Amino acid sequence: MGRAKRKPGPLARRPDNSAFKQQRLPAWSPMLTANTVLPFFYFMALICMLLGVWLLLTVQGTQEIKLDYTEAGTCDKCFEKRKNVSSAAESCICKVVFLVEKPFKGDVFFYYGLQNFHQNLRRYMDSRDDGQLVGRKSNLKEPSSYCEPFAKDQNGLPIAPCGAVANSFFNDSFTLTYYGSSGDPVKVPLLRTGITWYTDKNVKYRNPQIDNLTLAQVFEGTAKPLYWKKPVYELDPLDPTNNGFINDDLIVWMREAAFPNFKKLYGVLYHDKLFTDGLPAGNYSIDISYNFPVQYFQGRKEVVLTTLTWFGGQNYFLPIAYLVTSSLILLIAVILTVAWWKFGKKGKNMEE
Amino acid sequence: MERFHWVQHRCRQLLEGQSVQHWYSAPNGVPDKNSQDAHCSPHRVSGKQRTVFGRHGPHQQEYETISRNYKSNVIRTTKYNLLTFIPMNLFQQFHRVANLYFLFLALLNWVPVVEAFQKEITMIPLLVVLTVIAIKDALEDYRRYLFDKKINNNAVRVFCGKQKAYTDQRWKDVQVGDFVFLSCNEIIPADIVLLYSSDPSGVCYIETANLDGETNLKQRQVVSDLLLQGVEFSPESFHSRIVCENPNNDLSRFRGYMEHSSGVRVGLHNNNLLLRSCTIRNTQTVVGIVVYAGHETKAMMNNTGPRYKRSQLEKHLNKDILWCVVLLFIMCLTAAIGHGLWLKNLKDPVFQVDEEMSPALAGFCVFWTMIIVLQVLIPISLYVSIEIVKLGQIYFIHNDLALYNEQLDSRILCRALNITEELGQIQYLFSDKTGTLTENKMVFCRCSIYGVEYPHEENAHRLKMYEEEKTEAAVCSMTLKSGYSVKSLSCRSLGCNRSSVSLNTLNTESEEEEDQLFGKRTSAFCSRMAKEVVPDPELVKKLNWLSCPVLPLSEGSPGTPSSLELTYIIDFFLALAICNSVVVSSPSQPQNVVPEAGTPLRSLEEIKLMFQHFSFSPFSALTTISPPQIKSSPGSRQFTHGKTNSFTFSTPPSSTTVGSESGQESSLETSNLKLHLSARRERGDIGQLDSRETEGDISKTKINPDMAKQDVEGLTREMDNDDELVYEAECPDEEALVHAARAYRCTLRGRSADSLLVDLPGIGPLVIQLLHILPFDSNRKMMSVVVRHPVTGQVVVYTKGADSVVMGLAETPTCAEQAQEIHTHIRKQSQKHLDSYAREGLRTLCIAKKVLEEEEYEVWLKRHLLAESSIENREELILESAQRLETNLTLLGTTGIVDRLQEEVPETIEALQRAGIKIWVLTGDKQETAINIAYSCKILCPNDQLLTANCGSKDVCAAILEELKLEVQRCEDSLTRITSKKNCGNSFLCTVASFILVIDGQTLDWALQEDLKSDFLELSRRCKAVICCRSTPLQKSQVVHLIGKELGVITLAVGDGANDVSMIQMADVGIGISGQEGMQAVMSSDFAISRFKHLSKLLLVHGHWCYSRLANMILYFIYKNVMFVNLLFWYQFFCGFSGSVMTNAWVLIIFNLLFTSIPPLIYGVLDQNMSADLLMGLPELYQATQTSQVYVPCMFWITVLDAFYQSLVCFFVPYFALAGSDAGELTLGSPINASALFIILLHQVLESHTLTWIHVLVLVLSGGSYFGFVLLLSVFCVTCNPPTNPVGVETLQMSQPLFYFVCALTTVTALIPRVLFRALHNTLNPSAVLKLAPMDKVNSEKYHERMQRWNLSHSKVKRLPLGADNPGLEPSTASEVS
Repeated sequence: MGRAKRKPGPLARRPDNSAFKQQRLPAWSPMLTANTVLPFFYFMALICMLLGVWLLLTVQGTQEIKLDYTEAGTCDKCFEKRKNVSSAAESCICKVVFLVEKPFKGDVFFYYGLQNFHQNLRRYMDSRDDGQLVGRKSNLKEPSSYCEPFAKDQNGLPIAPCGAVANSFFNDSFTLTYYGSSGDPVKVPLLRTGITWYTDKNVKYRNPQIDNLTLAQVFEGTAKPLYWKKPVYELDPLDPTNNGFINDDLIVWMREAAFPNFKKLYGVLYHDKLFTDGLPAGNYSIDISYNFPVQYFQGRKEVVLTTLTWFGGQNYFLPIAYLVTSSLILLIAVILTVAWWKFGKKGKNMEE
Repeated sequence: MERFHWVQHRCRQLLEGQSVQHWYSAPNGVPDKNSQDAHCSPHRVSGKQRTVFGRHGPHQQEYETISRNYKSNVIRTTKYNLLTFIPMNLFQQFHRVANLYFLFLALLNWVPVVEAFQKEITMIPLLVVLTVIAIKDALEDYRRYLFDKKINNNAVRVFCGKQKAYTDQRWKDVQVGDFVFLSCNEIIPADIVLLYSSDPSGVCYIETANLDGETNLKQRQVVSDLLLQGVEFSPESFHSRIVCENPNNDLSRFRGYMEHSSGVRVGLHNNNLLLRSCTIRNTQTVVGIVVYAGHETKAMMNNTGPRYKRSQLEKHLNKDILWCVVLLFIMCLTAAIGHGLWLKNLKDPVFQVDEEMSPALAGFCVFWTMIIVLQVLIPISLYVSIEIVKLGQIYFIHNDLALYNEQLDSRILCRALNITEELGQIQYLFSDKTGTLTENKMVFCRCSIYGVEYPHEENAHRLKMYEEEKTEAAVCSMTLKSGYSVKSLSCRSLGCNRSSVSLNTLNTESEEEEDQLFGKRTSAFCSRMAKEVVPDPELVKKLNWLSCPVLPLSEGSPGTPSSLELTYIIDFFLALAICNSVVVSSPSQPQNVVPEAGTPLRSLEEIKLMFQHFSFSPFSALTTISPPQIKSSPGSRQFTHGKTNSFTFSTPPSSTTVGSESGQESSLETSNLKLHLSARRERGDIGQLDSRETEGDISKTKINPDMAKQDVEGLTREMDNDDELVYEAECPDEEALVHAARAYRCTLRGRSADSLLVDLPGIGPLVIQLLHILPFDSNRKMMSVVVRHPVTGQVVVYTKGADSVVMGLAETPTCAEQAQEIHTHIRKQSQKHLDSYAREGLRTLCIAKKVLEEEEYEVWLKRHLLAESSIENREELILESAQRLETNLTLLGTTGIVDRLQEEVPETIEALQRAGIKIWVLTGDKQETAINIAYSCKILCPNDQLLTANCGSKDVCAAILEELKLEVQRCEDSLTRITSKKNCGNSFLCTVASFILVIDGQTLDWALQEDLKSDFLELSRRCKAVICCRSTPLQKSQVVHLIGKELGVITLAVGDGANDVSMIQMADVGIGISGQEGMQAVMSSDFAISRFKHLSKLLLVHGHWCYSRLANMILYFIYKNVMFVNLLFWYQFFCGFSGSVMTNAWVLIIFNLLFTSIPPLIYGVLDQNMSADLLMGLPELYQATQTSQVYVPCMFWITVLDAFYQSLVCFFVPYFALAGSDAGELTLGSPINASALFIILLHQVLESHTLTWIHVLVLVLSGGSYFGFVLLLSVFCVTCNPPTNPVGVETLQMSQPLFYFVCALTTVTALIPRVLFRALHNTLNPSAVLKLAPMDKVNSEKYHERMQRWNLSHSKVKRLPLGADNPGLEPSTASEVS
């Protein structure tokens, strides 16, 4: 060990007298005593308090309406219908009515929500092929083994998009209608595109590119997923650029939710005419094309209309957590002050 | 595993041995292939012996057949070669449980239903660990390879058959049977039997420093009868056959014989063997034949790697790891059951993948999946980390300046790499005495000759003064500590300065010089001044009578010594000077030569007359045997004394100054002289004796014989001139005795194989014919030389040995009554003196002589030669033969040698005792000596109670132990009563009972027996210290074993000699002191230090640090893993217990492997919970680690609980913040991971006691690398990680304020409890340090006060006066007294 450097002379093996080797490096010792910690505690309590109050005020400016439509309104029919596997192919349309008491200001987001749907199951989550979704032709025809048993249909045709996630694609569709003061139904304009992350739409999901071929031709030789009614290249009949793997609804669905109760973005209010400032107060109805069965997993479906703050939706947890933490720290600080006052000073005396 | 390596190694060597020979065998040595190979030698390699022929001699065919199986001189210490590296290394690595665990996990991941991550990812940890260790192994192996290559390619001159000359060859080409030609200072390439030496007496000196670190010269001898052939040795004419034992690793044994073509057999022994890697010194040229080469040499066979010991902490750790396994099992089971239930509740899993699986089976699969997911919980990487940390700790221990010895230029040597933390937990310290507590640098102190004691008061005074100086010097060096980097003078030159200065001190004139040198005092002990002895004036006076022209043959006035006494004195000093194996050399002279000169200053006739007159043996033989070897070459001095003492030929001897010699004598002399001259022509003639000066001195004495004081000065001055002589002894006692003899001008000037040159006072240089040396062995406990007496010409045996043996063998010769009376008187007196020496703590030796009849000698000689040449059990025969000779000795006198304590031993012992370490001294010395040493090194305090246990039988021993136990019990009770009466309430006083048990070897034997063991343990446990005297090496190890095993404590044994090896190996921590007694202790130790005082820093500082660092690091590591793994576990409650993770698998795996692995290492290597100065200043702090306060089960559980809490916070704050939102899985994982990272790193900051820039750098880099990695992944990883796709997640998250708000809240909330705990802890009990300091002061004062009072009140209680001999303490007396 010590032979690395060979110094001549009689003290050749003497260790270097460097601060490092003699373990005398200048060091800061974080000696935590009441004296050092108390100012910090008070400071932290103050900061947390301020942040908590600020967050609370921000959250209070948001509005949110949650509407469970699983069996609400006329949807109970459809709910019963979907219980029966034989009638899965039949379409069912129902309507739910609700009242918005206070107008929604600013950007309004339309979500659909599922409860008790475990998109985060390990085997379910893994059952997808990112290679296929990014437009690799080899993966299109030969989906990854992760997709099993949703990789090929019974005819042996590769499924596009393969896997359990895509197979369970949420296929209800909604039309929001506003009944203004006049009582005339006005269709609320919703932006159905641009609801994905930029990276998803442009990097993570691509359609397979083959020159001079239409999307339908590209997907020739593949089968649609088992539970799907339309093939992937016909998902959006209105906007041909929103088809295939880069369909916004598909992309949103394919981002597996972290929790069993989740919501996913369906559309964003388009600020047009009546809705330039947001959603006015009044009566609304949602016409639902009721396709997605939830009774298998004892789930519920809901629609969420909300405005957002800079730190997400209407969630009171964060401000409250900050306020609670702040008061906790304050409490601790007070206790510590008392302890220090009563006992710590003695210690100090002993030191002297 | 080790054995396996070894077998592999051997196999490979066997396989390659052949080919290597083919590649490298020199072309010139290849004999004709077509010569009949069938011709087989009758001397095939038998099971026990090997036969060696000269390679280029006439026995070529035989050579070929026989030598085929002998290894060549190529050495290969590498484990692998290029081809075998990968398979071999992998094979080895999979012997580790940790790697098998990783492998198991990786394989488990290949089962599709269980698969948790992408298959490749689970292999990362395994691959990383394997690669790291493989690289380390490869580097080590490469270094070994380079080293081997360098060694193998060293050049050496080997006899070449074709050219008939010595040619340069590489070491690896040397083969068994080659003749090797070596010059001075060359390194020996293989084990060689010495055939020729340029030294006329066939002697060669080697230095074995490379082998065992001993720098003294060892003498080797040409095979005995080769020398007689006289002519220049030539390899071609070497026709003999050498038969010797098969290769073995015993460095001190070599047996065999050489059979000449005539059939005569000559015994070979260790003295003929030159060992590989030793260095030739003091000899011009040497030729030898290789008998063992390469891996078969003794040096290579002694090569053992570092030792592996399992430390206590690691055992403890394993228990906790088991808890982790249990925890893992519970978590996985929870998940499995949870998943089963969840699946059962799910009526119809339309969207699920495994519809067909039953819930139970699915649960079972999830169990295994969870094991993969939560694998990190078992901190397997902890073992690798611990190893790395220990390496770092070793590095710092190795580099500590305080553990460096400037005199020897030696650092601490850490041989065991994995028990650093044991140093912090020592509870019992077992120490050898000689060489460990003491210097093992012996200084002659007192002697008694002819029953008259010579106290050497001045000498004692001088030693004392010296000691005082030394302590001052120590203080001085303390203050100079900061100036370490200043280059100081070389040790040796300093030593010379010191000696001259100190000699001047006697003349009371050099105070200023003292001051000048004061700063350089650090090297006090390499000073040769310690060797110098100030003669006793009385003795000098008596010696001077010898120089007087008129012999006081008639016992006249009472002041003059009788001539019998004079002969005793002369014989005594002669014995001191020659009865040893000291090698004399002179720094200015390359060759070890017996200087030849000498002028008998007085009439030899007169002296002879004196000897004749008082010799007890008949003197008639003188005329019949060969004349005495008195040389009368005149040493007319040709040049002055001094540093430029060149050794040139002086003028041919003429007998001008020997006028008074009788004619008959002269003629005898001259014939003799011729013989000697022819034999020693080359040797330099030194006129070292300043005859004029001495003459002047003597004339002064003549005029004024009472001025002894002046004589002493004269002597001293003269000695100063003789400084050029350097004595190198194997054993320091011998050196001390030779120096003592020299102080009385009885100087050993030189030594050759068969003669010694000695200056005698008043006579001058004499050549003494050396007939035999019977070396020291531990059975006989003595050594003897057989010489022909220079004056009387008789065969005389001089013996020195342990008093117990010599006193027994010394018999009263059957002669005149008066003489008998004198003898009894002498023996009685000597015994008295011996006892008093022992009481003073001196080492005693007896000097005796025996005059042999010529016939008697002849008879003995015959049988001895027979014994020497026998190959089977030669040792026993020689022993027997020696015992035959050493009987009927005449006691000349005794010596007392002081073995001074090493510097700072009392301080160290005191510190260690304050640290709560119980110190046992295990020594082979006498009880009185041991107690005195114990007293002087403060194991014993004046008011301590001595309990002695010496007994003759087992029953007595049992009774004694019982009695002593009761006594201790009683005393403790009364002590408790006192303390409780005073209402001190301090239990501290009661637990430290200051009893010292002294037990001797025989009693120890009884006490160690099964039925008395517990009593002995009980007793010794209550004693502050135990001193075992007269104990054997076996007993030492038994004691260590007993204490370590029965009390379950960690033991440390420290020793320096071969007799301590077993003890060192038995103890948990074995420490060797590289001192005067060779390297055996060091070779078997875990740590080798050079001074006892180093122990305090090693234990109190490094031990404390290492332990607390390691314990804290382990706790932190467990915390880290539990905390991180629990995050994954909590998530299972939200994903149907399916084994999903909310993190990218890459991040998950690398998180522990990379982002949070370096900080704990730094923490484990660099953290200092208390400063070094504080730990040294307050040894009591050691008790904290000693009793493992840091790493106790409750700390483990607190840590785990804290980890649980933190993980709960770290998971649920982000959970609630994102609950019900559209957050994707990875979006949840992002703030969780980031805050976990912050928490883990900041937690470490809180736990660290010191933070240096290194810590900061590593922490910042760790954090930075995490963010860098995830950002890179989120930008570039599109399909790199198939099932999960991290693209864009982190970049988006980190651009949102929510992420930071969540992280901040999580981190603060998670760390608050620990901050609070620390702050409260530090506030409510202001750190142990501050508390301890004043308390300790009060305590010790009170303690002493109390103890004194207690001692007074119990003055009845038997207190053994220090040093009193108390051989048979009967139980009845013991009970009476108490």
